[in-house]
Amino acid sequence: MNLLHLFGLPPAASSYASDIDFGLRLTFASIIFVFFSWSVYLAYLVFRYRKKPGAQAEYEKSEGISKAMLPGALVLILEMILIIFWEIPVWGKIKEDMPMGPDVEINVLAQQFAWNIQYPGPDGKFGKRKEELVSFSNPIGLDYNDPAAKDDIVLANEIHLPLGKTALIHLMSMDVVHDFAVPEFRIKQDVVPGMDIPLWVKPTRLGTYDLACAQLCGFGHSLMVGHVIVQTPEDFAAWLKKNTPVSVAASSANNF
Amino acid sequence: MSEHKTSFLKKYVFATDHKIIALQYMFTSLFALLIGFFFVLIMRWELAFPMHPIPLLGRLLSAKLAPNGVMSPELYNMLGAMHGTAMIFLGIAPLGFAAFGNYVLPLQVGAPDMAFPKLNMLSYWSFVVGCLILIASFFLPSGPLQSGWTAYPPLSEITRGTTIWILAMVFIINSSLLGAINFIVTGLNMRAPGLTLGRLPIFVWAQLVTSAIVLLAFPPVEAGAVLLLMDCVAHTSFYLPQGLTILGHASGAAGGGQPILWQHLFWFLGHPEVYVLLLPAIGIIAEIIANNSRKPLYGYKAMVGSLLTILILSFVVWAHHLYISGMSPFLSDFFAITTLAISVPSVILLTCLVFSLQGGSIRFTVPMLFALSFLPLFGIGGLTGIPLGVTVTDIYLHDTYYVIGHFHYVVVAGILMALFGGIYFWFPKWFGRRMNESLGKIHFWGTVIGINGTFFPMFILGLAGQSRRLWNPLAQAHNVPWQKWHIVSSVFAGILLLSQIPFIYNFFRSIFKGERVSDNPWEATTLDWACPSPPPHGNFVSPISVYRGPYEYSPPNHREGWVPQNSAELV
Repeated sequence: MNLLHLFGLPPAASSYASDIDFGLRLTFASIIFVFFSWSVYLAYLVFRYRKKPGAQAEYEKSEGISKAMLPGALVLILEMILIIFWEIPVWGKIKEDMPMGPDVEINVLAQQFAWNIQYPGPDGKFGKRKEELVSFSNPIGLDYNDPAAKDDIVLANEIHLPLGKTALIHLMSMDVVHDFAVPEFRIKQDVVPGMDIPLWVKPTRLGTYDLACAQLCGFGHSLMVGHVIVQTPEDFAAWLKKNTPVSVAASSANNF
Repeated sequence: MSEHKTSFLKKYVFATDHKIIALQYMFTSLFALLIGFFFVLIMRWELAFPMHPIPLLGRLLSAKLAPNGVMSPELYNMLGAMHGTAMIFLGIAPLGFAAFGNYVLPLQVGAPDMAFPKLNMLSYWSFVVGCLILIASFFLPSGPLQSGWTAYPPLSEITRGTTIWILAMVFIINSSLLGAINFIVTGLNMRAPGLTLGRLPIFVWAQLVTSAIVLLAFPPVEAGAVLLLMDCVAHTSFYLPQGLTILGHASGAAGGGQPILWQHLFWFLGHPEVYVLLLPAIGIIAEIIANNSRKPLYGYKAMVGSLLTILILSFVVWAHHLYISGMSPFLSDFFAITTLAISVPSVILLTCLVFSLQGGSIRFTVPMLFALSFLPLFGIGGLTGIPLGVTVTDIYLHDTYYVIGHFHYVVVAGILMALFGGIYFWFPKWFGRRMNESLGKIHFWGTVIGINGTFFPMFILGLAGQSRRLWNPLAQAHNVPWQKWHIVSSVFAGILLLSQIPFIYNFFRSIFKGERVSDNPWEATTLDWACPSPPPHGNFVSPISVYRGPYEYSPPNHREGWVPQNSAELV
């Protein structure tokens, strides 16, 4: 039982969430331990050395090179062990090593104040996008003259992911800096215009989770909420099939 | 030096005397703190009761800012950006650095004034111009900055109010730079005979290191701000990439810029700025603790060494604000290591302060209460920074309320408490009168309760995954179960406000009617207490020399139990 759940931490729903939860438990346990031992010692000092009639303070002049540095050195050693043996490998696993052959690959195109989601469709290729094609009915500016675009699925504020499969998500922004954050996945990544930032996730629990923008993006920031829907692989496949454009060949930019 | 006749205007308004300038800084920054607090109280109403009309104020605001008295998201973002700017750049930094530094540093080095009195005046008045521009921005059609105090582009370039904010920041930054030069020259070159570097009080060391940080950290952000200004007014693209579509329209920017560049330039200032806020507070705490525990400060050399280490390390930690910004994730490991490394000198500083109590004879004066509360409260602030410095846990906590809780524990529960302590401590020097003890204790306990009640719930909100800077947290379903903590936080923010009333009353009443005290009521050893209270123009009545270190408290077999630095007696 993770005590942090009592203090707000939502139940985990991704493969690397346990790593992050371990880090949270470890750091919070250390914080509480250090804080309480420190406070007890401080309270003892304040009580023990309060001003008493007739008593004089000790004239102790220490340069403190050794004794005061001891806690500092201890902190440094413990922190370096934490960094080298735990932090760097885990950070690498989550943020540096992107899956080579993901089961699902999607584009997320953030805009004020919505998450546009692009699935490549059966051909596995994302259709080209052009900024001049952006309009109310074509929010990401998909170029339907591109054959790869004809079977793409474009959704607003809704990501479907299959349970237990690795998803590679390309984060892009059309206007300002947004932030892709799903608390249950324990993942967060700024979405920067002009960049394509990869992010991977392997959901481990069925359910619908809030995808909330975590970087101030304008007046609608708090309303920029999407949903991540984790389905069984069968449900996901059925959903994908149902949402693939029916007459792929007939669609074009004009009559879409 | 004799009193010379000067007009009221020259003496109190366009003053060149460091003491008057210090008090000008103090009144301005305390006023800015109050304004910044007022901004956030309005925001806390919206956070606790989203979409409910703001009481009293709601009807006074225009329909555009607050339709039907309900705060608009634009107003929320304006108040948010201005709260941050006011508290950091107009409040805490000028109070700890400019006000305390200006008053106490020349006195503690035994100087008759700052090295460059006119530069000092220029520094204050450019600060005032900056403040006035920021306040005026509320009355412009554009309104003030709306993109957070960090002003990240492209958002800051497509919302209004950024240009005027940059203009104000240029004045404020220049003011800090002028002050920093002045402090360094005064602290190094105008020391009294015998006052070697090894005999400088920790407060002076802290101010010198702060000045050096200011001097090195502000110019990059100022240059960066000029680029941002060019983007805003001359349609350059330093921070804009190609192909932006703003609300469905192509932006038309030439492109080729990089939004993260600003974040680097900003945090290259932004992180050292934390130490600009913190180090003067540490200096104040060191003076108060040595004075009230009646024994020499523990580990003088270790403290000076830590301050100098912080000076260097504070410039290589900035990108720990950028772990998930889109910066290469391979860079993060470096900044995680430097970030944890900088915790070491901070731990040493706090350890020395705590060890200074050991063997003491602690007087629980009001300044000492504030100084003692700093130790655990700042401890919470520092310790809760660890999961943010660790890259892995930062993924989850970044940009949540946890971050807000963390840095408010650092800045308010830590630094502001120290500055309050400093005000009670040096008040007798400034006005020759003491502040009322009982009112001081009411202020102290109310503030401690208010601060903890306001900021602790933020850790829970953050752990629940709630993003910061949300105008309406309830718009996101996952925040709904935790809303009660916003209400708790807001109620305690009200208590925090009420607790400041005894302080404000006490402050102004004591200036005129406080109990008169001697020149050295705390029986302190440093040179600031060796001159009359308040010190006359030129500070010291007769030339002053220094014969010993700064904290000669309770030497063995000494009748009075303390020896001032300027006393020639052999102990």
